[in-house]
Order: sequence, then C-alpha cells, then structure tokens
Amino acid sequence: MKLFYTLIPLAPLLAAIVTGFFGRRIGRVNSHRVTIAGVAFSLALSVIAFFHVVIGNAPTFNENIYTWLVSGNIRFEIGFMVDNLTVMMLLVVNFVSLMVHIYTIGYMHDDDGYQRFFCYISLFTFSMLMLVMSNNFLQLFFGWEAVGTVSYLLIGFYYKKETAIFANMKAFLVNRVGDFGFVLGIAGIVMYTNSLAYTDAFAAAPGLVGATMNIVGSAEWDVLTVLCILLFIGAMGKSAQAPLHVWLPDSMEGPTPISALIHAATMVTAGIFMVSRMSPIFELSETALSFILIIGAFTAFFMGLIGMVQNDIKRVVAYSTLSQLGYMTVALGVSAYSAAMFHLMTHAFFKALLFLAAGSVIIAMHHEQDIRKMGGLRKKMPITYWTSLIGSLALIGFPLFSGFYSKDIIIEAVHASTIPGAHIAYWAVVGGVFVTAFYSFRLFFLVFHGKPRMDEHTLEHAVESPKVVTIPLILLAIPSLLIGFFTVTAVVFGDYFKDVIYVASEHDVLAKVGEAYHGPIAFVSHAFHGPAVYLALAGVLTAFVFYILAPSIPAFLDSKLGFLRRILDNKYGFDDFNQAVFARGSVGLGRQLWQKGDMALIDGALVNGTAKGVGLLAGASRLVQSGMLFHYAFAMILGLLAMLTWFLLY
Amino acid sequence: MITLSHYLALGALLFCLSVVGIFLNRKNVIILLMCIELMLLSVNINFVAFSHFLDDGAGQIFVFFILTVAAAEAAIGLAILVVLFRNRQTINVVDLDALKG
Amino acid sequence: MTFELFIFYAFATITVVAATSVITARNPVHAAMFLVLTFFTSAGIWLLLEAEFLAITLVLVYVGAVMVLFLFVVMMLDVNVEPLREGFVKYLPVGLLVGVVMFAEMVFLITQRYFKADQYPVPERATADQLSNTETLGRLLYDDYLFQFEIAAIILLVAIVAAIALTMRRRPDTKYQSPSRQVEVTKEDRLRVVQMPAEKRS
Repeated sequence: MKLFYTLIPLAPLLAAIVTGFFGRRIGRVNSHRVTIAGVAFSLALSVIAFFHVVIGNAPTFNENIYTWLVSGNIRFEIGFMVDNLTVMMLLVVNFVSLMVHIYTIGYMHDDDGYQRFFCYISLFTFSMLMLVMSNNFLQLFFGWEAVGTVSYLLIGFYYKKETAIFANMKAFLVNRVGDFGFVLGIAGIVMYTNSLAYTDAFAAAPGLVGATMNIVGSAEWDVLTVLCILLFIGAMGKSAQAPLHVWLPDSMEGPTPISALIHAATMVTAGIFMVSRMSPIFELSETALSFILIIGAFTAFFMGLIGMVQNDIKRVVAYSTLSQLGYMTVALGVSAYSAAMFHLMTHAFFKALLFLAAGSVIIAMHHEQDIRKMGGLRKKMPITYWTSLIGSLALIGFPLFSGFYSKDIIIEAVHASTIPGAHIAYWAVVGGVFVTAFYSFRLFFLVFHGKPRMDEHTLEHAVESPKVVTIPLILLAIPSLLIGFFTVTAVVFGDYFKDVIYVASEHDVLAKVGEAYHGPIAFVSHAFHGPAVYLALAGVLTAFVFYILAPSIPAFLDSKLGFLRRILDNKYGFDDFNQAVFARGSVGLGRQLWQKGDMALIDGALVNGTAKGVGLLAGASRLVQSGMLFHYAFAMILGLLAMLTWFLLY
Repeated sequence: MITLSHYLALGALLFCLSVVGIFLNRKNVIILLMCIELMLLSVNINFVAFSHFLDDGAGQIFVFFILTVAAAEAAIGLAILVVLFRNRQTINVVDLDALKG
Repeated sequence: MTFELFIFYAFATITVVAATSVITARNPVHAAMFLVLTFFTSAGIWLLLEAEFLAITLVLVYVGAVMVLFLFVVMMLDVNVEPLREGFVKYLPVGLLVGVVMFAEMVFLITQRYFKADQYPVPERATADQLSNTETLGRLLYDDYLFQFEIAAIILLVAIVAAIALTMRRRPDTKYQSPSRQVEVTKEDRLRVVQMPAEKRS
C-alpha cells in the first residue's frame, strides 16, 4: 500500500525530471507524451485509491515512508495520510491537471518553451499531490512552498516580458507574507504540541483550550486563536483572500493553461484544503472562525464588484475566482467544512472550464484578450460556446448545475450560523450572487453574442480550436453539469467526511441545513423559497439589458457614477497602497541601511574610524617619546612626587 | 635618643638630594650614574635602620643583595657609557636621542 | 645630647654636605671623590646601627670596587665638561623646589604619620657574648636565603658577561675560525664546474 501511494506523486515528478533535463534531446512530442503518461498514471492510481478508500471503506492510511531527521522528540518525516478528503483532492487535482496537459498541446503549440512548460506543470502536479497527501506539517509546508515556487516559474513563463516578471515577483512576495504567518503558526503548533504530525496536533488541541500566551507586553492571548489565525494567514496568502489577494489578477500574465490549473482549481484551493484538514483545531476557536468569516465575506462581495468592470477576458474570470474563494472561506468560517470542500470541487471543474474556454477564445482571436473587441463568436466556435455556457450557468448557480448545489448550500449555512459576523456575511454572499451572475453573463454576452466588434481579418480567422483544446473543454463540462447533482447528498450531508472533518456541535450549521434537505431534486424547489435564484436571474437579465438590448446604459452609468467606477478600476487602492508603502518603503529602508548604516557607520566610523583613531592616538603619544633621557627621568620624579602626595593626603 | 625617624629622615634627605642631582645634571651621564648610587645608598640606610629597630636580620640580607645588584648595574652602565663614548665621542644626553618617537 | 647623638649628627652632616658636593661639583673627578666620602661616612652610620659587617662591606665593595671603576671611566673618557653644565643655573630654582617639596612631604610622613617613636622603641645594645653581626648574617644567608644568594651570584655572572660582550673590541688581523660560517658554505662557494668539449685524438 505504501508503494502504491508513493507512486501517485512520484509519477509526475519523474516525468517532470525527464522533461526538464532531457526535454531538448527527446523532443516536443515525447515530452508531452511522458508528462501526460505520468499524470494519467497518477489519475488511474487515484481512481483505484478512491474505490479502495471510499467505496471499500478502508481505514485511514497514515504512515511514514521516510524519516528525514529526528531532533529531540520532534520527527521530520515524509508520510502520507489518505482518507476521504485526500482522495477527493487527489481526483480533482489529477483530473484537472490531465485536462490541462492535453489542452497545452494545442495552446502552447507555437511556443519555444514547450518542454519547459510541460516540465513545470508536471512538477506542479507533484507538489500539489505532496501537499494534499501529507500527514505532517513539514511536508505540508514543503508542498506549500513548492507550489508557490512553481507558480512563480509559470507566471513568469514569458520571462522576457516585463509585466510577467513583475507579476511573478508580486505573487511570490505576497505569498511569502502569507507563508510567514503560516510558519509562525506551524512553529506555534510545534511549541505547544511537541510534534509535527497531524494526529498528535489534533489529539493535543483540545487540551489547549483556554491556554493563553503572552506575546507583547502584558496582554494575554488565547493560544488556539493565535495559532488558528496564523495558519489562516498562510491560507490567505495562498488562497488570495483580501488583503493578500493582489497577486491573483496579475498572475494572469502566465499562459492560460496555468491560470486554469493553478489559479483556479488547485493551488489557490490549498488554503481551503488546509483549513478543512485542520478542522479539529479551528473548531476550538470561535474568534478565529469569525475572523475567517469576515475576511471571506469581504473578499466574496467586493472582489466580485471589481470583476464587473474588467475588460480583459482572463481578469474577469480571475476576479470571479477571488470571489468564489471568498465563498469557500465563508463556508469555512461558519464551520461548514464539507460545503466548502464540495464547492472547491465543483468550482475546480467549472472554473477550469471557463479559463480553458477563455484560452480557446484567445487562440481564435490571435491572442487578443480585450472583450470589448470581441462579439458574435457564437456561430464561429460552437463547442467553446456551449461549454462556456455550461460553465457560466454552473458558476451563477443555475438550478441542477453543480455550482447551484454548492453555492446555495453555503448561503443556507451562513444563514443558519450564529457566530459573530454571520449576519453581515449572509448579506455579502447573497449580494455576491447578483454580482456573480452579472459579471459572468456580461462576459458571456460581450464575447459570444452581439455584433462582432473586431476587424475583418480576425473575424475571418476565428475558427473553432483544434480537438486537443476542445476535448478537455467537453470533459470538464460534464462534471460541471452533473457532479453536483449526484454527489451532494453523500458529500455534504452524508458520511463522506465523517471521521475526517470534525465539527463542534454548537457550530454544526450543516446539520441544521440538513434537517430541511430532502434530496437534490427537492433542493431545487426549496431554492425557490430563498433569494438566491431570483438574484441570479436578475443578474443575468441586467447583463442582457445592459449589453445586448441597450448598450448605451453602461456608458450612461459611467458618466453619472464615475467616482464609483474609478474606485473599482483602482481595485480599492490595494495595489497603490502596497507600491507606495511596502515597495517604496522597503527600497527606502534598504537605501538608508546602505548609505547610513553600511557606508557611514560600519565602513566609516567603525572600520576606518578605529584605524584613524589609533593613528591619532599614536601620533599624540609619540610626542612623549622625545628620546632624551632626562625627560624620562623627570617624568619618573614627577610620578614619585605624585605618589608621595597621595600618601600624604590619604 | 636617636629614634628611627632620625635615620629615616637622613635617608629621605639623601634621596631628595639625588633627585635634585638628576634634575640639575641632566646632561652629564656620569653624574647621573653617581646620583643613582646615592639613591641606592639612601635606601640601604633605611633598610639597615629598620633591621636594627625591628630586630630582623632580613633587612641586612636585603642590603647585601642591593649591594650586589648595584655593583652589577654600575659595571654594565659604565660599559655602556664607554661604548657610547667610543661611537659618539660625547656623553651629552641631548645627543643621545636616536630613540626619538 | 649624648655622645651617640652627637656622633650621629656629625656623620649625618658630613654625608649630606658630601652628597651636595657630588651634585654640584664642576669636575667629575671631584664628584667621584665626594661620593667616596659619602660612602665612608654612611659606613660610620651603619656602625652606629650595629651593622658592622655591612659597614665594612660597603667600604670594601662599593668604595673599593665600584667607585674605583667610576674613577677609571671618568679619567679615561676625555669629556668636555663645559657644555654639560649649561642649564644648571636655569633649572636650579625648579630643581630646588621639587627637592624641598619632596623632602618636606617625606619628613612629614615619617615623623608625624607612620613611624612614630612609640611604635618603634630603641632596642638595647648587643653585648659581646651574643652573636656578632657577621655570624648572624651568615646564618641567615646560608639557611634561609640560600636560593636568593645563588641568584645573586648568577646576576654577577651575567653582569660580567654583559660588560665584556659590550665593550670588547677585536683586532682586525687576528685569525680565527667561525664555525657558523663554515657550516653555511654551499657547493657553489667551493666548486666550479667547467664544460670542456671532448678533443679528438689527433
């Protein structure tokens, strides 16, 4: 069994190594064959694991395959924990990764860095698999950092482009800030539970309830709250919650396949996965849960608003991702971990689909990404059109589509929650439904409907993309449509996460929601009692009116509500603030340290200064050495006199 | 009665005279050496006086050794003086400032 | 005024006057002779202190050897004395001041502060049937202070060696071997290899 699980992350790693080092020698076709074989193999093993663990009800596999070092009583090991949660993530990651691998054959066809790209996405798959299969904090952190590094490499894939370099540095540095909190959280876990393994931490956590620590001054802080918030800061960085969200829109500088893989389906969900995995710890601190809830609610609503005014096709989907991650975070905050994981899964499928469809459009438009220059592509790219429609409907929560189940359950759960901040969060997520519907269908209508706004030449050349591009689209559309309906009962309200996710009884909102739940079909009719469906419909209609029927309305609103538009265009000033305060501040600090600290103080005063001081002192002292004997004798006599006077006086 | 203080005062007087001698004859190396001998003499008087008044022979033993050392020092000092004179043709201390810093 | 006190004052006065003449004499030979006088009278004072052996030793060693040596050197070196005396009058006031101050301080300390008469009573004179000073010194020197005695001997040896090493001159035409130079020799200093082509037999 150990070997079996070891092979799951190992296959993509080997493929990445082969492609990375020997890519030139084995050529393009072999590179993609090797990597696709690796990921497909890993996917097959994941399916077998699914049958073994979920269907066959195997006990949780928690074993270490290698001990790296032992320090005191803390062991640094590589190990795997495979239970229902892991298996769900394995399937999602491997499936989306495989789709992206196949898609890349078409998308990166003309690129010079073909082999390099495949190497990186295989490497990324390996890192993500290590992260989700980990059974201790160290390996989790390794996977965490590894996915961040590969994300950096991939965002800056077009390394000769200046905006790409800026974006990949931004992503890495913002992630670093989150990772700093994460490391502090892990250090706290080690400090209080004396171990890096999950099982030890979970077992020791209830014993820490009520314990306090003294960080600054004399204020006592609750240990569990501090640890949970620190761990969540790591999740904020990785899953792009405000204010550490600023890197995600810029990460669209990378090629579209990775936007689909990393920044929609997998890496950004690592934070959500981590919090779900740590549910036994998070459940013990209501303050931390409220914190998570507020942050998520803010992100969910306000990032959606920015998405409404974006003109780059990928940016719209990026802000949509931010908003949906906010939804998942909100679900975590109200202790509806199963709902958050469920939304993670459905979102992975339909968001990857939307990104890949956007990529398909970009290929057809010869790498034009401005939606104001598109339109009328419905007839030209039918497969892309229909798969995009399915994805968009899933996103807005159209009944029966997978997104409907996941989003509405979250809304219901927030409604049923009583922890501080739940009320505001409810309004945020409900408002977000309208916003989501509006920007999704704004995008859809502007790209596929209406009169073509591009030039004649591009219009002629806009054809459906090759099969390697469209087949992944179709394969992703299927679960976007169906997976919600078929798995919601088992996953969210059933026993799927029974021994994996722990929810304290006073926080168990899903139980309350489950009381009113009578199956997926009944849920549809139940939904018509709530505001969500109507708001979604209203959003679609508004988009229809604004962009198909009366295109002058948006311009009119712009002129009247210009300042609101400017705030949204400025992304609430987060970027400007970061540039002015942190970026310029760091450079300024560096300059001060260089000029004053290094050059003036250390070189000038300490190094050269002491030399000069010694020289001055020596120059003064040498005047005493006159070489004349009686001067010395006289000095001795004076000394004697002084000593006598001393005796006299004392 | 001759008390200890008398002898000590005599020693002190000789010492001060030798100090003044050094001060005044700063240029003549031979007189300097003689003043040093005077200093040693004054110290010896002190030692012998104490040895007598404290009834301890150690003082006189020490004088013995001081005599030895003084003799050795005078010999070497004069040897140096002779060599100096051979090389410089002068015993003027002012001219002997090769060690000036 | 007992006779002892009178003797003491007499000798003390002579000592002081002689010492003053040492430092003010123009002629170094005169200065040396006055120093001899100082030593002699100090020996007399030591006799008062019942240190007979030391008194005689002072005369024998110091006067007999050290001062003779001084006189040798003074008379051997043909010194131009005049330039040496310049500054004598110029520095006289300061010198006297320093000396007087020092003396006053010392006397104050000696008589008033530290060595009062009541703490140091005058001991009785030794009688003829007790050990003489010589014998006492001998016993102490060879019983208690033997190590220091040996060291003193070594100091004298070192002084001899140093004095000789400093002043010895060599004659330029004496022949002698230098073992260190002999060992330093290299092949190149003694041997020269010359290439000669082979000559045909004619």
